[in-house]
Parts: sequence; C-alpha cells; structure tokens
Amino acid sequence: MEDTVIKSIKGEEIISVANAARWDLGTDFHDSIIESIYEDASRIANKSVKQIGEKQAYSFDLKIDKIVTSRWLGFPLMFLVLAIVFWLTVAGANYPSGLLSSLLIDKIHPLLKNLAASINMPWWLSGVLIDGAYLSMAWVIAVMLPPMAIFFPIFTLLEDLGYLPRVAFNMDSLFRKAGAHGKQALTMSMGFGCNAAGVVAARVIDSPRERLIAIITNNFSLCNGRWPTQILIATIFIGGLVSPGLAGIVSAGSVVGIALLGIFFSLVVSWGLSRSVLKGEASSFSLELPPYRPPRILQTLYTSLIDRTIIVLTRAVVFAVPAGVVIWLVANIHIGDLSLAEHFIQWSNPFALVFGLNGVILLAYIIAIPANEIVIPTVLMLTVLSTNLSGVGAGSGVMFELDSVADTANVLHAGGWTLLTGINLMLFSLLHNPCSTTIITIYKETKSAKWTLVSTFLPIALGLIVTFFTTQIWFLFH
Amino acid sequence: MSIPNNCADCPAHNTANLVKLGLNLENVDYVITMAGNPNTGKSTVFNNLTGLHQHTGNWPGKTVSRAEGGYIYDDKRYKVVDLPGTYSLLSTSTDEEVARDFILFGQPDVTVIVVDATRLERNLNLVLQILELTDRAVLCLNLMDEAKRNNLEIDIRALSKELGIPVIPASARRKQGMDELLQAIEAVASGKYKCKPPKIKSNSKKLNHAIETLAGKILETYPGLPNVNWVATRLLEGDNSIIEAVRSGEIGSLHEEDLTIQN
Repeated sequence: MEDTVIKSIKGEEIISVANAARWDLGTDFHDSIIESIYEDASRIANKSVKQIGEKQAYSFDLKIDKIVTSRWLGFPLMFLVLAIVFWLTVAGANYPSGLLSSLLIDKIHPLLKNLAASINMPWWLSGVLIDGAYLSMAWVIAVMLPPMAIFFPIFTLLEDLGYLPRVAFNMDSLFRKAGAHGKQALTMSMGFGCNAAGVVAARVIDSPRERLIAIITNNFSLCNGRWPTQILIATIFIGGLVSPGLAGIVSAGSVVGIALLGIFFSLVVSWGLSRSVLKGEASSFSLELPPYRPPRILQTLYTSLIDRTIIVLTRAVVFAVPAGVVIWLVANIHIGDLSLAEHFIQWSNPFALVFGLNGVILLAYIIAIPANEIVIPTVLMLTVLSTNLSGVGAGSGVMFELDSVADTANVLHAGGWTLLTGINLMLFSLLHNPCSTTIITIYKETKSAKWTLVSTFLPIALGLIVTFFTTQIWFLFH
Repeated sequence: MSIPNNCADCPAHNTANLVKLGLNLENVDYVITMAGNPNTGKSTVFNNLTGLHQHTGNWPGKTVSRAEGGYIYDDKRYKVVDLPGTYSLLSTSTDEEVARDFILFGQPDVTVIVVDATRLERNLNLVLQILELTDRAVLCLNLMDEAKRNNLEIDIRALSKELGIPVIPASARRKQGMDELLQAIEAVASGKYKCKPPKIKSNSKKLNHAIETLAGKILETYPGLPNVNWVATRLLEGDNSIIEAVRSGEIGSLHEEDLTIQN
C-alpha cells in the first residue's frame, strides 16, 4: 500500500519533469522525432531494395483504377457489379431453394407429422414442435442457405480481389458531404450481407461520432434476410404490371431501386445526424488502394462458407425456432371466437391502413423481430388465417411455402392486397427496426441504451412517414 | 519395424512438428503477436500458423480487434495474438492504441512484424517504431511474390543486419516461408537469437539530452524498465495514456513481469 503511494508521488514527479522539459523543447520536436524515423526508414530501404528493370504490374493496376474510380464510370460500374451480384444470387438460388423446400417441407414435414401421430403425441405438442418450430427452421434454411451460399462467396471474392476499397473511394466524397466518414461505404457494403456484421465493421472508424452515424444508418443497407421479401413482392406486384417478357427485368430493377433508396436514406440520415445531434466535421483518413490480387477461389469458398454462411444461418435458425413456436401459439390460442393473431390483426387494421399496410404485416413484423427472413411465411400464414381461405396451406398456425409465386399472389390478392400494399411492404421492409441480433450488437458496440433505441426506432419512424406519404399520394390519384 | 525418416531431424522440414491448436490456449510457453501495416497479410499469416479462419480480405482495416489463436511447434505451445493493422504508433487512434498497448503492456515474447515487401520503405516506419518498444521481434517480409512480379530485389541479409532482427521472406497466401518463420520465432522466443535493433536517435542534441534526463529520472523509480527511452519520449510528447500509466504505477508492471520471467 505504502509502496503504491510512493510510486504515485514519484509518478507525479516524473510527469512534472516531463512537463517542464516540454516547455523547454518547443513545439517542433515531435516533427524531429518523426523525421528521424523517416530518415532511418528511407536509408535502410535504399540499402536493401533494388529495382531491376521496369515496374510493370502497377501500371496495369493503375489502368484499371482509372476506370473503376473514374468520375463518370465509377458509379455506373459499381451499380452494374452490384446488379450482377444480386442477379447471380437471385437466379442461382431459385433452383436449390426449391429442392430444399420440397425436401424439408413437402417430404420431411409429413413424415414427422405421421411419426408424431404414430406415437400419439398430443396435437398441441406436435403443433408447437413440428408445425411451429420445425417448419420455421425448414423455411429459413430453404430460403436463406442458397442465396447466402452464393452471395457471400461472390462478395468475398470481390473483397479478395481488392474492389471494396475502390467502392469506398468512389463513395467517400458523398459520405463526406453528408458529414460522415468515407469508410462508412465499407460498413454499408458489409450491411448488404448482414447488418450485425456491418455494425461490427464500423469499428474501422476511429471517431466516435462518425462511428455512431455508421452504426445507426447501417440498417438502411438491405440485408440478406430482406432480399427474398423484396424479390417475391416485386415479382408479384411490380412484375405483374408489365408483360411477362419484361417482368423479370422490371422486378429486379425495382429491387435494385429499393437498395439504392436505402443508400440514399443512409446518406440523408447521416447528413441529418451530423447537422443536429451528432454535430461535427468529417475527419479525413488515408485509404490505401491495394494492388489487385488474383483471388484464391477455393480458399475463399471455404472461408466464406464456414465463416459467414454457417454462422449467419445458425443464428437465423436459432431465432426462427422460437418465432415459429410463437406464430403457432398466437394462431391457435383463442380468446372468445378469435385467435390472438386475429384479435391483433382486427385491432391494428385501421391504423395500418393509414400507412397503406395492414394488420397482418404489422403482426408479421413484430413476430419477425428476431429474423427478417420469416416475414413472408408469417404474412402468408396470417393472411390465410384472417381471411379464412380454404384449400391452401396446412391448417392454422402452420407456416408453409406455397409452391409457386402464382399461389402466393392468389393468397395475397384474396387478402385484399393491392399494388399499394406491395410497394409499401417493400418500403417498410427497407425502413423498419433492425432484427434483434443487430439491436443486441448495436448495444454491445455502443454500450449505450440511448443510441440503441435511436437506431431501433428511427428507421420505423421513417418507414411510417414514407409509407404514409406514398399512401396519401396514391389516394390522390385513385 | 519403422522406416527411418531423415526429414524428421532436418530443421528445414519441421512443418511436421507444427500442430495447429486453433483456439486451445491453455498452458502456453510463449506469447507471440502479429503487428504491421494494414493490408500486409497479417491475418493470412495468423491463419497459416493457427489453422484458424480469421476472415481475410484485400482491404485495409478489416481486423478490428485482437484475434487470438495457438499452435505447438517443437513441443512448445505458442499463443498468437493478431493485432489490428496500423501505419504508426505515434498518433493515437483506437486501433493504434490497441496495438501499442499490447506490445508494451502485454509483453509478448516475440513480435512478428508483417510487412509488405513491395512497399518496404513506408512499412519500415512502423517497424522502427515497434523496435523502440520491444527488442524481440521477427520481420516477416510478406508478399514476396508480388515484389518479384514488380521486379524488386531485396537484400535479406542487409535488411536483417540493419534491423538487428531475423528477416524471413514469405508469400503467406501461397503458404511459402512459413517453416522458416516458425523457426525464427522459436529462435527469438528461446533466446537462441539475440536481437539487437538500433534505437532511434534524433538529430537534436537538446532533445536527446531531455530524453536522457527524463529516462534517468524514471529509472530512479523503476530501475531496469525496458524501453525507458521510448517512455520518456512519449512523456515529453504529452501522451495521455502513458502519463496515466506513470501516474497509476502501471508502467512499473512492465518491469516486474520481466523479472518474473527471468526468475
């Protein structure tokens, strides 16, 4: 104890000696230290490095950089790359998704039901376990695994190749004008895979102010769990507007449009925050454009599968299982004549209609807080339930996947959905609270309940405002 | 009957002695750390050594916090700490502080400095700063394949002589140079190789004098403190975290830990 006291007195002595000497030295000695380091480095490098002949590889890199970071071509190329990645993901995922769902849902689900019946499992238990927990898990795997197994490796290949810093380079001036950090372009790109990952990636930003902005706005990057919703709804309601030949391109285009709208909101909200509660100047940073390196394909496939796909999928399954149980329960626990779900839907419908949505969508988004992936199956199940359609689905509270987009369209149209509902669902899917994993991650990263709440509720508020205005404008013309 | 295997005794073929431990970090003999500029392949080297799959990517700053892993080489257990990449240890941003504090207070047995062979001069700025903090270091001259592609020739022996530490050329992405790196780490950790890095001396006599005076003052309280000149310089610069460490006496723990290792 005494020892510590002495040490601390000595410590103060040392510090005061240092302070006195600092006055004595003047201000430029820091520079002189750095200078001597640079001199030594340059001397050693000159001694040991020899350039034989011409520098070659970098002139090629420079040529590519001139194109991908050019003022005119930079952005269009970026969108093109983005569109190709999504197109590959969407097109490639379709077939394996179908296979998985026919295996897990059409084959294994009835098997499990029969098994449960053969051992006389009570109906509610087999309902909760098989129709609730198992089916939601099966859905999440069928819907998420194929796109992730395609999206993450492609994204990782781009990363390995060295394209991401170029994206950041292009976006830098936009983000700086918005008062945010240029590296936010990187965290935003990560968010297109998974918002929780994007929030963690915001650690690359040093300034706490800019890091907060990056964290709060990361949710505006459409994440993996939301792509399927966007694609399905766009196919039904927007692709349905044009001739079948154009439907594919138009619906894909509208999804890219929503993604771009997300980037737009990300910039606008960053701008708003840095002009109000998170006031400050954008800090400068040096971003090295690394040389292009030939990607290591096999290794990339392996790491992105293990590192990202499996981890994200596990998380989704872990959250989908209890959500499945909840869906089954709210659909099967009755108060009076109606189930809990129907009570909520009827009660919230008038409110939801103001925003061009409906009670089913609101309930689905509450149930799907743990994982955005289960929004569509929940919506379908609840729609069938609340409109008492017969002949589709597998009974109340059973999450199912309809065999074709046309079937899904029929259910939604029967549930009173219009083009407006479709557009607003797409907007609301972009602008609503982050999933629970992301919320927890935000809390872990910011250690602040206040900013976690802001990150959670700000997007909902925006979503309601935007859908309110689309609805009002829609009714002006209809 | 067993077939004699000459390779087993040859130090150059010691990969057979490498057991990747992943996250199993109990009872380690040595702690080593990986430092270097962003995007020089630290994480790739880390993955090669530990068998872990720390995410790697071709963009600066993707290792945002420390990653840890382990391996056994030649019957010794090593713990490896991968630090975020930094350009310097002078200005204080979060990742630079993480890196610096670990090298300073974590007192690793060996610091493996991974540098980009194609950008040696700029990378050396950080190397020299790290060598101010610690003597026991190995330079992993990574991306040699790219240096060759750029027609760069690097005199490994001259570089090693200048820096006073082992210099190992490597191409971590192709897993080249890893055996030699493991050997060099072992040699420095066990004390077989004595590192003698140069210390930065400023041209300003006045500054050198101030550093010496202050260092003397510090040594009165903490005799035998390693890297005392560096601590003195940081105090002169008014580095808050070092001032705090002096104030709280935490700075002395550097020295005490050193003693316990010697005992």
